[in-house]
Amino acid sequence: MSKGLPEARTDAAMSELVPEPRPKPAVPMKPVSINSNLLGYIGIDTIIEQMRKKTMKTGFDFNIMVVGQSGLGKSTLVNTLFKSQVSRKASSWNREEKIPKTVEIKAIGHVIEEGGVKMKLTVIDTPGFGDQINNENCWEPIEKYINEQYEKFLKEEVNIARKKRIPDTRVHCCLYFISPTGHSLRPLDLEFMKHLSKVVNIIPVIAKADTMTLEEKSEFKQRVRKELEVNGIEFYPQKEFDEDLEDKTENDKIRQESMPFAVVGSDKEYQVNGKRVLGRKTPWGIIEVENLNHCEFALLRDFVIRTHLQDLKEVTHNIHYETYRAKRLNDNGGLPPGEGLLGTVLPSVPATPCPTAE
Amino acid sequence: MRCLSRPRLCRVLPQRRSPRCCPQDRRSSSAALFQSHMPTKTTCPSSQVSDDEQKQKRENIRSLTMSGHVGFESLPDQLVNRSIQQGFCFNILCVGETGIGKSTLIDTLFNTNFEDHESSHFYPHVRLKAQTYELHESNVRLKLTIVNTVGFGDQINKEESYQPVVDYIDAQFEAYLQEELKIKRSLFNYHDSRIHVCLYFISPTGHSLKTLDLLTMKTLDSKVNIIPVIAKADTISKAELQKFKIKLMSELVSNGVQIYQFPTDDETIAKINASMNGHLPFAVVGSMDEVKVGNKMVKARQYPWGVVQVENENHCDFVKLREMLICTNMEDLREQTHTRHYELYRRCKLEEMGFTDVGPENKPLSLQETYEAKRHEFYGERQRKEEEMKQMFVQRVKEKEAILKEAERELQAKFEHLKRVHQEERMKLEEKRRLLEEEIIAFSKKKATSEIYQNQSYMASGSNLKKDKDRKNSNFM
Repeated sequence: MSKGLPEARTDAAMSELVPEPRPKPAVPMKPVSINSNLLGYIGIDTIIEQMRKKTMKTGFDFNIMVVGQSGLGKSTLVNTLFKSQVSRKASSWNREEKIPKTVEIKAIGHVIEEGGVKMKLTVIDTPGFGDQINNENCWEPIEKYINEQYEKFLKEEVNIARKKRIPDTRVHCCLYFISPTGHSLRPLDLEFMKHLSKVVNIIPVIAKADTMTLEEKSEFKQRVRKELEVNGIEFYPQKEFDEDLEDKTENDKIRQESMPFAVVGSDKEYQVNGKRVLGRKTPWGIIEVENLNHCEFALLRDFVIRTHLQDLKEVTHNIHYETYRAKRLNDNGGLPPGEGLLGTVLPSVPATPCPTAE
Repeated sequence: MRCLSRPRLCRVLPQRRSPRCCPQDRRSSSAALFQSHMPTKTTCPSSQVSDDEQKQKRENIRSLTMSGHVGFESLPDQLVNRSIQQGFCFNILCVGETGIGKSTLIDTLFNTNFEDHESSHFYPHVRLKAQTYELHESNVRLKLTIVNTVGFGDQINKEESYQPVVDYIDAQFEAYLQEELKIKRSLFNYHDSRIHVCLYFISPTGHSLKTLDLLTMKTLDSKVNIIPVIAKADTISKAELQKFKIKLMSELVSNGVQIYQFPTDDETIAKINASMNGHLPFAVVGSMDEVKVGNKMVKARQYPWGVVQVENENHCDFVKLREMLICTNMEDLREQTHTRHYELYRRCKLEEMGFTDVGPENKPLSLQETYEAKRHEFYGERQRKEEEMKQMFVQRVKEKEAILKEAERELQAKFEHLKRVHQEERMKLEEKRRLLEEEIIAFSKKKATSEIYQNQSYMASGSNLKKDKDRKNSNFM
C-alpha cells in the first residue's frame, strides 16, 4: 500500500553529490491493507468538521482573468459575478486616454467575505487585447504573465526554508469573451484559445448575448462548439480529466449543452414584477440578468463559483502547474523523466514563453 | 504530454447542495432589497483584523462589501467533498515495551479487532511492524496505518533501541521528499506514510521515567508529535497517579522534551484543549472484553475486587485520549506533521547537501545558482580526472612501447650474431671443401700416374712385376 522506503537510486549525478545514504533499517516494505469493520461509533467523521474549520480560518485565494476585445463587457460581467465594484469600467476612463499600445496586464486584488468564508479575489484584466491593427502574437504577454505566476510559485516551493502558506497568484480561470457576431469564431479567438488552453483553464463566454435571438443564440453556440472541437481546443472542463462516470455525465451535459455561456452583465437594478432585479433597460423590455430564460449568467455564476471553484483551483495546481514544472525542470537538463530536481539545473526565466507542448 | 491523472474532483451539484449554502437565495423571496442586505460577517478577534488590514494596505488590496449573495461560501464544502472522495490518511506510531498494551489500546481506540498476535520477548533487535487498515464511518474513508515497535526495551543492551524508530520516521519523510522533488510527480495520489502521531507508552512504575524513555522521547520530539500515555493505569491508585503524572511532566519539562500540545488558538476548542493539556500524560486502560455493569455491556477489565471500566472517566483517561486524538485534533496533528516536522527535515536534508537560500554576501541565492555552482565544480572535477586518466594511459602506452622496442632490438642483435656465426661456419666449410677437392685432385693424379707406370712395368717384366705390383699395391694401400 504505502512505500516504506525510497528505492535505490542509480543516476550518476545524484550519487556523486549526495553522500551514500545510511544503511536502511530493517522494516517491512509494504504493509497489507485490511478492511476492518467498526463495532461502534468512534468519531472519525469529525475530521470533516476539523478540516472545514481549518480551511475557513486560512481563507481562500482565487485569481480570475478576463480576456477579450474592449467594449465586450468584461468589467461589467465581473462586477455582476461578484456583486460589487470589482473593476472600474473602461467607459469611466478619460476619453483622451489612448488604447494601450501592447496588451497590458492589470491585476487588482480584493478581499470579500461571505458566510464566514474569506476570499482573496484577484481580477486580472487585459486591456489592449485584440485592439490594435496588427494583433499578431498579442496573446504572448498573457502567456508570459501566466508562466511568470507559475515560476513565482515554483521558486517559492523550491526554497529551503519555505513559507507556511505559499501565496497563490496563479491564474485559476480565464474567461474568454467571444464577440456575438452570430457567424463563427474569429481567427484571433482561435489562435488565442489554441495557445492558452494548454496552460490555463479557459471558459469561453459569449458576451452581450442580448443582441441575439434564441434561435440565433443556439445556432451560434453550436457552431462555436463545433469549431472549438475541430481545432482541438480543450476548454474547461476538459474531457481528459473527468474522473468517474458521474463527473463525466455531468460535465458532458455542461460541455454539450450549456457551454459557451451566453451572458449579459449589468450592475443596475430595476423593478420587475415587484422585485428588484439586475438588468438592462431597453425600450422593448428589461433584460433580467439572473433570469434563465433571458441569458445564461446564472449558469455561469453557479458553474464558476458555487460548484466548480475548488475544481478550477485543483486543475490549475495539479495539472497545469505540474506540467509547467515538469517542463521547466526538463529543459536544459537532458535527464530522463523521473530524476530528482537536483539532477537538473533551472535556467533563468526565458524572455519568450516556454514552447507549448504539442 | 499531459498524462498526469487527475484527482477525484468534488462536484457539488446544485441539488446536492447542503441547505446552508443558499440561505439567502433571493429569487423567491419577495421584499428583499439588494442595497439594504448586509453581508454576514463573523467577528474576528481585533488583532487579527488590524493585521489583515495592514497586510491589505501593503498589498494594495481593497476590501469589498458585496451587495448580494454570490455563493462562494460553499467553498469549504467543495473542498471537504473533494477530500472525502480522496479519503483520509492517518498514521500512528506506538512505541513501548513488549506487553505494555499497545495493540490492545489501539483496538480499543478504534473499536475493532485488528488481527495481531502476541510478540515474543526475545528479539535481538528492535523492529517496526506497519499495517494499514481501511476504516469506514458514515461517508468518511480513513486509511489508518499502525506502526508498532517490536522488541523495544527487551534487549539487555538497549543502546540501539531507539535508532530503528528514528530511522523509520526519517525514511517516511525521505520518501515524501523524494516524491516532491521528482520532475513528474503525483502528490495528490501519494499515499502519505509520514507518522502523524507517536503514542509513547510509559510503564506504570509510579516512580519516574526510565532512562530509555527519556532518551527516546528526547530524540523523537523534533521529528514527530509525541503524546505520552501511562499504560496499564489500573495498577496505580488515584493518589499515586496524580503524583506520578506531576513527576513525569516535571521530568519531561526539565529535560527539554517537547511533547505535543493541543492547540489553543481556535476559540471553539481552546478551552477543552487547554484543560486536556493539564491532564497529560493520559492514564489509559485498554480492553476489548465486555462485562455487564448495571444493565449495559461495557468494555472493561474484570478483577475479583471490581470492574475497571474503560470508558468511565473516573476510572481512566481513555475517553479523553480518544476525544483528543480523533475527534478534536486529528487534522491538526496531520498539519503539524506536514508544516513543522516535515519542513524541518526537508530543510536539514537540503542544507546537508549544501544548498542554501542566502549566498556569501547575504544576497538571496536561489537553488539554481547554488546548483549551477556545484555543477560547475563537479564538471571541473570530472574534467580534471579525465585528463589525469588520459595522461596515465598515454604514459603507460609509452612505457610499453619502449619495452617492446628494447625487446625488438635485442632480437635483432641476436639475429645478426647468429648470421655472422653462420657465415663464419660456412666459410670454414668452404675452405675445408676446397682442401678436400685439392686432395681429391692430387690423389686422382697420383692414381693416374701410378696406373700408367704400372702398365709399363707389367709389360716389361711379366709376372715379377706382378709380384712387385702386388707388393707396391699393398705398400701403397
